[in-house]
Amino acid sequence: MQSKGQVIKKALRCAFPYTLPIFAGFWFLGLTYGIYMNVSGFHFLYPMLMSLLIFAGSIEFVTVNMLLGAFDPVQALLMTIMINARHLFYGISMLDKWKGIGWKKFYLIFGMCDESFSINYTAKIPEDVDKGWFMFFVTLLNHMYWFTGATLGGIFGSLISFNTEGLDFVMTAMFVVIFLEQWMKEKDHTSALLGIGLSALCVVVFGPENFLVPAMAAIVVMLTVLRKPLERKGAAV
Amino acid sequence: MTLTQQIVTICMVILGTALTRFLPFLIFPAGKPTPKYIRYLGKVLPAAVFGLLVVYSLRNLNVFTGTHGLPELVAVSVVVGLHLWKKQMLLSIAGGTICYMLLVQYIF
Repeated sequence: MQSKGQVIKKALRCAFPYTLPIFAGFWFLGLTYGIYMNVSGFHFLYPMLMSLLIFAGSIEFVTVNMLLGAFDPVQALLMTIMINARHLFYGISMLDKWKGIGWKKFYLIFGMCDESFSINYTAKIPEDVDKGWFMFFVTLLNHMYWFTGATLGGIFGSLISFNTEGLDFVMTAMFVVIFLEQWMKEKDHTSALLGIGLSALCVVVFGPENFLVPAMAAIVVMLTVLRKPLERKGAAV
Repeated sequence: MTLTQQIVTICMVILGTALTRFLPFLIFPAGKPTPKYIRYLGKVLPAAVFGLLVVYSLRNLNVFTGTHGLPELVAVSVVVGLHLWKKQMLLSIAGGTICYMLLVQYIF
């Protein structure tokens, strides 16, 4: 039997390499976000607390604009729900995976950003590593990368200058790899192709700022229409 | 905006974000069996979601202006090629990103 300390240490050691690309991506984006708040005239406590308590990248950038505009809490709430509606899909996918995981579940749900969900859903966690602690550390490390990046950006602001043009591609590269991992694992590619195709179509029709909600609706409608054939093909197994 | 209004605005964003994350777990609690339709969605959605995320991260790409999406096309091909070849997540991501940075900094 392993002691509890050994179990935790092992899970951390296993989780850390998975989060390295996110370290690069979140530090870059987090710093950018902190700098953006700094040059918009906000104290560093703003990006610090917002990155800690909201922990959802794109909406935090949007919130800067909200704070600079007129006071409209209802619009703030609706806008947030719309931009973050894709989290609903993550929750639905994790319903069964997170049964019986205990107190960690609350934090896993709170910290379920795109990147944490993608890793926790696809990672091949070795049998001798505790799944709950593994996912806890993936989420915690990502959270801390974002938090430290945003806070440092907020403190040092425009003093930081670097030629990191193109570093943000690290996030695209990670999503492409995760898409491939899923692609190689699945028997039927209908859902993957629908995801790419319908999203791309919606970007063209609705534009990059408004495509998320229509794309999600189109995906759910098509998957519902195709339920019978997909279940027969065993795509849902 | 006053400080109070700022705090209320930020709290709305925190509330909205938490709502999108917690809602499925509140509607379908662990103690009860999840409806079959939702379980079906839970199994087929991830593949579509990863496709959506790829498009999402490239949403501002315009193939008709600027570099016509060429650096992105090359770099994504490098990621796919590396990953099919070596199946090393970190290598594929680092290789593609370095390739993209070199392309946008020195060539395009």
